[in-house]
Amino acid sequence: MSETTTNGHVGDVEGLRGSGLTLIPRSTAKQTLKDFKSDQEVRWCPGCGDYAILAAVQSFLPELGLRRENIVFVSGIGCSSRFPYYLNTYGFHSIHGRAPAIATGLAASRPDLSVWVITGDGDALSIGGNHLIHALRRNVNLNILLFNNRIYGLTKGQYSPTSEVGKITKSTPMGSLDKPFNPISLALGAEASFVARTIDSDRKHLQSVLREATAHRGASLVEIYQNCNIFNDNAFEQLKDPGLRDDITLRLEHEQPIVSATKAARRAASGGIEVVAREGLPESEILVHDAHDPDPSVAFALSRLDEPAFEHVPIGVFRSVERPAYDTLMEQQMNDAVAERGPGVLAELLTGGDTWRVG
Amino acid sequence: MTKQVQQLDRVIIRFAGDSGDGMQLTGDRFTAETAEFGNDISTLPNFPAEIRAPAGTLPGVSSFQLHFADHDILTPGDAPNVLVAMNPAALKANLGDLPRGADIIVNTDEFTKRNLQKVGYTASPVEDGSLGEWRVHAVPLTSLTVKSLEGFDISKKDAERAKNMFALGLLSWLYHRPTEATVRFLRSKFAKKPDIANANVAAFQAGWNYGETTESFSVSYEVKPAKLTPGLYRNISGNQALAYGLVAAAVQAKLPLFLGSYPITPASDILHELSKHKRFGVRTFQAEDEIAGVGAALGAAFGGALGVTTTSGPGVVLKGETVGLAVATELPLIVVDVQRAGPSTGMPTKTEQTDLLMAMFGRNGESPLPIVAPATPSDCFDAALEAARLAVKYRTPVMLLSDGYLANGSEPWRLPEVEDLPDLSADFTVAPNSDDGETYLPFRRDPQTLARPWAVPGTPGLEHRIGGIEKADGTGNISYDPNNHDRMVRLRQAKIDGIAQDIPPLEVDDPDGDARVLVLGWGSTYGPIAAAMRRVRKTGAKVAQAHLRHLNPLPANTGEVLRAYDKVLLPEINLGQLALLLRARFLVDIISYNRVRGLPFKAEELAGVIQDVIDSE
Repeated sequence: MSETTTNGHVGDVEGLRGSGLTLIPRSTAKQTLKDFKSDQEVRWCPGCGDYAILAAVQSFLPELGLRRENIVFVSGIGCSSRFPYYLNTYGFHSIHGRAPAIATGLAASRPDLSVWVITGDGDALSIGGNHLIHALRRNVNLNILLFNNRIYGLTKGQYSPTSEVGKITKSTPMGSLDKPFNPISLALGAEASFVARTIDSDRKHLQSVLREATAHRGASLVEIYQNCNIFNDNAFEQLKDPGLRDDITLRLEHEQPIVSATKAARRAASGGIEVVAREGLPESEILVHDAHDPDPSVAFALSRLDEPAFEHVPIGVFRSVERPAYDTLMEQQMNDAVAERGPGVLAELLTGGDTWRVG
Repeated sequence: MTKQVQQLDRVIIRFAGDSGDGMQLTGDRFTAETAEFGNDISTLPNFPAEIRAPAGTLPGVSSFQLHFADHDILTPGDAPNVLVAMNPAALKANLGDLPRGADIIVNTDEFTKRNLQKVGYTASPVEDGSLGEWRVHAVPLTSLTVKSLEGFDISKKDAERAKNMFALGLLSWLYHRPTEATVRFLRSKFAKKPDIANANVAAFQAGWNYGETTESFSVSYEVKPAKLTPGLYRNISGNQALAYGLVAAAVQAKLPLFLGSYPITPASDILHELSKHKRFGVRTFQAEDEIAGVGAALGAAFGGALGVTTTSGPGVVLKGETVGLAVATELPLIVVDVQRAGPSTGMPTKTEQTDLLMAMFGRNGESPLPIVAPATPSDCFDAALEAARLAVKYRTPVMLLSDGYLANGSEPWRLPEVEDLPDLSADFTVAPNSDDGETYLPFRRDPQTLARPWAVPGTPGLEHRIGGIEKADGTGNISYDPNNHDRMVRLRQAKIDGIAQDIPPLEVDDPDGDARVLVLGWGSTYGPIAAAMRRVRKTGAKVAQAHLRHLNPLPANTGEVLRAYDKVLLPEINLGQLALLLRARFLVDIISYNRVRGLPFKAEELAGVIQDVIDSE
């Protein structure tokens, strides 16, 4: 069902794209935002970016038209991981870093579920880094929402794996030493089939990314820049500042030129990608985004554009390629085994091998 | 020449050689032949953790011990009657276990100056008279094998490799074993390499013929079939029985089996076995680490699967937090710990019973869970079913404590009838359970079992959230209320304690009912203890035996049993872990006997200990 290109990457396959929801039962009743609100009081700090993301997700879910009981939110530990309590779906608030592993067992054995992982930068990239990369490489059918606020919130303000070098926090009074992870680069390095970035304050964009992520069958990683107004306020201020944001935000849209209001991306002479002034640049030189490119190297180069931080920030879907999801492959093997030798019969299993009778 | 045939009631053979000599395969085949012949059997493989330690050295010695008899036996035997030593290292490593007068078959071809030096022999023990107290059969196994394979289109190396089959052929002759199954086995194992298959079969037959014709062996031996309980039998190792038990449990529970596991000695064979049974709807997931293995199993359990994770001690350490989450969320989960020698990496291929306290207490908070321990390799099948029964019925993680001795050891298994297996059906909740029938209360407990309901995703109207944060009794909402926490801690404990009413009482084997000493055991010490009891009772001594299968909760009558005897002796392959629990719980002055050598107890050793306790009365 998949086709492999010469460079070893699995390419697009006819009929697979947009199949993310086909195995999940549909709701016959019309749904509204209210259907997805649980009866629990939402308890984040006033002004937290998590409220905006919750509201965006709650108002987006009715659009999918899925049976609510077939949606599961799984989370780890951290502020963002309280998310499942506030959604009237099935939910599992688990332990630190392990949500992708727990969700893997669920999604691999239940193709009829829409399984979401809610995680943060500490949860996903520090304690749970191993599970994240493996869920991505296996292409487990998960929508992973990584709330990135570049700080530990729930433990009250230590630096996180996405904090900038030199971050002064309670645990790093002289500044942090660790080079941060770029979650998009990391996900692309793990050969994730769907990788996107959006921001808490832009509901429209956030929902458009969720729309594409849910249409994708397999693992989708969505990094959401999220403001922690208590411990790391204004971490993404440049992207929200009306005077700056349109200049530094490069919108990634499939088959559209990669541009901000004033800048454009083009191929650099060195072979990489550079961002230059848009004015005077011939249209033909502007890089056109190909989210479906089986080769992840351009997407990876795009993910490096926000170094130095916030000079240019690509927002949108970096990569969306189709390859079979893990549950599909697992089920295929089970079906093949049955096709070859028939369904398992317990009595035959027990008496298989060399037996002998006594008496 | 007509050779003499001597009748024996039992024999213990140990095959020993270099890791690359195929001793485990040789032992397995001899076991299969012996099983087919109808003897009772018990086996003990013993191999280094290194895949190939330097050839010819002591650390590289791999052995396989097999005890077979015309009556029922309980252990792989204390001391071999026959040692097959494929090289000087194998001889040196095993000679200490060999009683005087035992037979030693040595492959003299390997007794070269260099190989002798490697293990510190200055002269060949085969020639210098130092083996005078044993019956040595010096056989040039390698060169005889190579000679017998002249004319085969195989390399000299491949010809030499077949020497284990020559040895197997010789031993098969010596003990009148049926050979057809081994020939079939070799043809199928090397189906893709017919030349190798033919050579191995030829070497095997040459070994048989050598026994028949050589003067080195003037006597062959017969061990009559054992009178076992009527039924259909197969030989099975603990790990295989455990895997079959898990498949059977899933079938009986009508749940799909999901195994999340990470390779670790000596548990990996369960993963290997289960991965072959996809047509039973078994999903096997080789995770990125131990934590992901148990995490995925728990996630699958949330989705309505029979979630299982298999590991050994170091893996249990890593899984602890997730097992705690399973305690808090009250989801069914089976955690199989095939114990091995620790701490840390310890001795990966050696056995121990040192994880009991970890199984009991190795999590933060008050986090009780049931613990089940099989007694013999074939009992691993029933223990897996029992673990599944408790997990599903009580919505709890269950720890199944096997060990390296059970995992790799094997014995004849009288196959159960499938229709006799217990019905383990899970009753999923599909409708709201509040009094007004309006809402779903995920922590409203069954008044009998105290188990919470199990509603899986996909069930309309029962959407709910669970997690590791303390839950309000009934509603399952997050709760930091002090009294609620106290109640929930006690409810979780009471649920597990209540299982004591749902398991069989501790049975005591006290033939005359007047013993004053009780020997208690748990897990894999069953065989050695029972064998020791026979020896002691043969002398006319009175002694009772009881064996615990459920370590938590303990059978309801445990205290009563312990207090009924003047003395309670508890041998354990640890420093007294169960003794600690029993002393604390019942204030009974347990006499511990502990050896932590990475090896099972010997029956003779335990018989001495038991006798000493009786004599000290």
